[in-house]
This record gives sequence, structure tokens and C-alpha cells, in this order.
Amino acid sequence: MKTKIIVTLKSGILDPQGKAVEHALHSLGFNGVRGVRIGKFIELELDGDNAEKGRIDEMCKKLLANPVTEDYKIESPTGK
Amino acid sequence: MTGVKQVRFGVVVFPGSNCDRDTIRSASQASGATVRRIWHKETSLGDVDVVLLPGGFSYGDYLRCGAIARFSPVMRAVTEFAERGGVVLGICNGFQILVESGLLPGALLPNVSRKFICKDVRLRVERGDLPHTRAVKAGTTLKMPIAHGDGNYFADAATLDRLEKNGQVVVRYCDENGEPTPESNPNGSLNNIAGICNEKGNVFGLMPHPDRCSEAVLGNTDGLAVFKSFAL
Repeated sequence: MKTKIIVTLKSGILDPQGKAVEHALHSLGFNGVRGVRIGKFIELELDGDNAEKGRIDEMCKKLLANPVTEDYKIESPTGK
Repeated sequence: MTGVKQVRFGVVVFPGSNCDRDTIRSASQASGATVRRIWHKETSLGDVDVVLLPGGFSYGDYLRCGAIARFSPVMRAVTEFAERGGVVLGICNGFQILVESGLLPGALLPNVSRKFICKDVRLRVERGDLPHTRAVKAGTTLKMPIAHGDGNYFADAATLDRLEKNGQVVVRYCDENGEPTPESNPNGSLNNIAGICNEKGNVFGLMPHPDRCSEAVLGNTDGLAVFKSFAL
């Protein structure tokens, strides 16, 4: 089963990369673009027990996201 | 001062460490020191008094700096050693590994400038009473090089407050006069923090490189104070 995890910087934490991309968009003439934030997208293939929400949560907390600076969102492994 | 003791150092080497030799060489300059190289796959540290986590790019800085190294087999032994009160120093990537492992609070974010910064900085030493800083008086300024892309120290407001109240900020970026000004802050670190220790004071991590300024031939020996402190 495939699961997608999206890791984002917590709000309030400065994202210099997002800022740089925002400036680049402005210089390309895409004015009116604001609040660019860049995160990570992680795709996992899971089998059996690992597909449980609790297990994926544990993976995120232990390794995939840093709870000090990042939030994460798990796209439902139970299939939409 | 109790005179010089013989210190047994252990320098942990991760895949991607690139300051391990500098660190070994600097540590061996503390008089009477012995230095053991510890491969990250080892599960025991052996008989060591001080564990040094060197700089570099462990695991290519994949995911987040230090995030994967923190799960190397040796880190379980390092954590147990630290919890027993063993003296640990993390330099640069070593500092990043210490915050990722939770042995030190906070996180190291990408530099605000988005640039990898390689230059000399001034540091004000706030604690001269740690095993790592005993050779330096609090208030002294030292010159050390930094070389990092992710050295921007961050902690939430409550943690930062606790660090300051407990005196856990060990070194701060400062100007020529020892003042921690915004201009002297190279990477956006909160409160100009360049290095912190844990509450007990046995674990210390810093972004600047004492290992790159511990020999006269390098034009700067300010870093030697750190390595000599362990022997006092």
C-alpha cells in the first residue's frame, strides 16, 4: 500500500528557501504571489502492520519529521 | 586546578564525517591524551573519558542534517554515556546530531542567508566552568571558523527561555568588543547562539570549529583551549 507524507515547516518558522522562490516568482513577473513555503513529500510503500496509522505516526515522529520545527500530514493509507 | 590528567578521547566516525582527522589531531595535542577512533557501527565506546562527534556531512545531510546519523548503532552507546554523565562534545555536524538525538534541545535550521558560510567568527564564551571550557574564563572572546549551511539555532520560546535562565548558552556570536550584535550573527541563530550545553553541563555542541584552529601553522590556536580544558 502506498502512503504519502507531507512534511512542512511549522508556521512562524522562517523559510529562507520559500522566500527565495517567492522573489524569483516576482522577478518573473508573477506579482501578487505571497507566502511561499517549501516542504517535503515522502512516498512509502507499506505492507501489513506497517500500514497502520499508528506505525506511520511513529515513523514520522522518530525520523521523517523533526517535531521541533516541522509538522507532518499523512495521506490516508486506507485509500480514498 | 588539579593539574593535568590523561584524557582518553573517543572520536566517532560516521559515513560522511570529514573533520574526524582534524578532531583526532587536535585532541591528541591535549597533553598525555590518547585518542580512539570509533566507527559508527560499533556498539560500545570502549574506555573513553570524552566522546567527540566531529563535523562533516554524515549520510550526505539527507532528510535533515544529523537525522540519520542519530540512529547509527554507536549513538545508543553515546546516549547511555551522556546519561551517565560522560563528557560529550559535538562540533558542527556533531552538534546537529546531538540536537537531532535529543541530547541537546532545539534544532539547527538552514542559514537565513541560504548560503553555506565559511569564515572566521568571534565568540563570547559564556561558561568557563564546563569540562569543555575550563581553560577559558567566562567573558573571553575567541576567534573560530564556521563552515556550515545549517547553523541557524532555533528553539521554541519556552525552551529558549529555559536555556537562558539555566545558563545553557555556552558560546554566542559577537563582535570585536564581545557584544552579541545582529551584525555579528552569521546565520540567524536566536539570541546569537553558537553553542549550548545540556542542563547537567556534560554535553556541549557548537557550530564553530575548534578543531580547525588548534595549531599555530593554521594561523589560529584559539580552539586549543577547548581540547586543553578536558585535561584540567
